[in-house]
Amino acid sequence: MPLRDWTKAIGDWFELRLGLSSTLSEVAAHPVPRSSASWWYVFGSATFVIFIMQIVTGICLATVYTPSAEGAWSSLIYLNYTQPLGWYLRALHGWGSDFMVGLMFVHMAQVYLFGAYKYPRELTWVAGCVLLLCTLGMAFTGQVLRFDQDAYWGLGIGASIVGRFPFVGFKLVHLILGGPIIAAETLSRFFALHVFVIPGILIGFVALHLFLVLKLGINEYPMPGRIVTREHYLQDYERTVTGDGEPFFPFAAQKDMVFAGIIILALLVVAAISGPFGPNGQPDPTIIKTVPRPDFFFLWLFAVFALLPPWSETFLMLVGPPIVIALLFALPFISGTGEKSWRRRPISVVIVILAFTTIGTLTWLGTFSPWSPKMEAWSEAPTPVDYVKGRTPLELQGAILIQSKQCRNCHALGGEGGMRGPALDDVATRLTPDQIVRQIIQGGGNMPAYGKNLSPAEVNAIVAFLNTMHPRSELGARNSVKPEQPISDVDSHHSPAQ
Amino acid sequence: MDEIVNNKDSGAEESTSRRTFLLRLAVFLNAIAIALFAIPVIGYVLSPARRIEWLRWIPIGNLSDFPENETRLAEYVNPFRKPWDGETSKIPCWVRRESGDNFTIFAINCTHLGCPVRWFAESGLFMCPCHGGVYYADGREASGPPPRPLYRYQHKVEAGRLWVRAGELPTLGQPQA
Ligand code: FES
Repeated sequence: MPLRDWTKAIGDWFELRLGLSSTLSEVAAHPVPRSSASWWYVFGSATFVIFIMQIVTGICLATVYTPSAEGAWSSLIYLNYTQPLGWYLRALHGWGSDFMVGLMFVHMAQVYLFGAYKYPRELTWVAGCVLLLCTLGMAFTGQVLRFDQDAYWGLGIGASIVGRFPFVGFKLVHLILGGPIIAAETLSRFFALHVFVIPGILIGFVALHLFLVLKLGINEYPMPGRIVTREHYLQDYERTVTGDGEPFFPFAAQKDMVFAGIIILALLVVAAISGPFGPNGQPDPTIIKTVPRPDFFFLWLFAVFALLPPWSETFLMLVGPPIVIALLFALPFISGTGEKSWRRRPISVVIVILAFTTIGTLTWLGTFSPWSPKMEAWSEAPTPVDYVKGRTPLELQGAILIQSKQCRNCHALGGEGGMRGPALDDVATRLTPDQIVRQIIQGGGNMPAYGKNLSPAEVNAIVAFLNTMHPRSELGARNSVKPEQPISDVDSHHSPAQ
Repeated sequence: MDEIVNNKDSGAEESTSRRTFLLRLAVFLNAIAIALFAIPVIGYVLSPARRIEWLRWIPIGNLSDFPENETRLAEYVNPFRKPWDGETSKIPCWVRRESGDNFTIFAINCTHLGCPVRWFAESGLFMCPCHGGVYYADGREASGPPPRPLYRYQHKVEAGRLWVRAGELPTLGQPQA
């Protein structure tokens, strides 16, 4: 028998028992509105494709990774440097998670702007919200499995947030950590979540999500003025697909496939060029010379925690997320009918733009975290030569104290140093020597008081140095005095050593 | 004829009632089975939250390790250490010896969100690398988001050694911290 017939015979054997081909061809050929074969409609399927890749790379990594607090970090190093292609699969999995989260958000924004969540697709949206939470859950738990210093302290941050719940806070902390403190059970717990629990939920809800898309049909491209009503929508949609429909495959699917192909290739290239994420330093909590930072998609949260006013913080941390999540779930029930097109829904356009710019800005801030002291600046950042040229010994003494007293951790000179406090390059134009003394001794405006840690002589020296910090062309700030009184008198009055 | 019909009726009734009985029995049995299954599973999962008392006295060093008027990084071993904890069983803390037996022992964790604070002896400050929290040498909050002073451990001096009562990650929700 020639090969063709063999394949046909085998195919027929299965078909007789499974009877799938009619269902499959029905699915492939189900008519979709001609308008929905749009490049705007490709993000969901691309997210799905990345998810499948995550499963494949995830299973591969699990064959080598050691889910124990003792061995996890070294198994990652092994994956990176010893296991053939381990580095590449780790890179694919890490970048894949970023791709997946990013595509998911774009998909979500598109669905929102195109009104695709409206009647009768409310449940599809709700299932999508579960997928959103699960995907973010995967991103966070995955970051924990990369068991390095960032993971360790990230767990501490998670525990500290949960610990703020009134009454049950510390119980919840123990529940999450699997004990009183971050240890072996903590990693094992997150491993179970990352490879069993959340993927299980994800697969279930992906199935539901896809089933609903097939059952209810792909959302037609919204036309301004075409109003969704519960009475007419289903008949209207039916009419659209019978009158002006096209088979899903290949008509709509081809764009999905082209885009998914581009995304997969992009992921393959990015992962090959950029390599795997970490692991950073080993998860030894006694190494405290560490500056823990979350992964890209949690940088904005990191920024939020730094910037929230402290008095509102606990409340917003505990109440904010549930409210946002509840609103997301409630969306199709709040505006389940009416106008679909974003052209007639200015508020939703504003919401999307605001959400993306807010999260974008916070993420950008998170990448350089101006609110954190630069822990090594005092010993590492050089003093610009111009600032020491021609200075008196006292002023030079001040310049040294600015370094050794860690002022530079929060204050930049010549663009180097912390950004927590204002740069000191032109501080003399803003503060009089008096004010500088007061600021140093008493602190205030987010600056600690240094009164106890500086001798009067040291304060003098620092003020003398800072008082020289003004452009040549601009005088330092001074008290308002009678014009005839020479400025130097005022200066020498406050810093007699000058 | 009548009799036969009656017989039939009663037979049908009997089998319906037997069927409903069987169904009820099935539901009942499975409800019990599920409950009996769920209790150990839930108990297992929730077990870390059920225990209240986690603190233990742990030696942290000799008195001579801690010069007076200085703040030093010290570490203790998690009292609930398991062999597969790896490096995570070592827990750091800051020991400040004012004089003699006068100690203050701070947890490493920032009271804001738990990042490891670092001591800077020159300026006498603890700084947090995460969101810019700063504390004075005595643990009072100096600036940034921390809502309260650094957490302190109970401690005692016994036989020339310093002991701390520790073993739990200090968080704001913890009653004794
Ligand atoms: S954790 Fe220390 S300031 Fe946020």
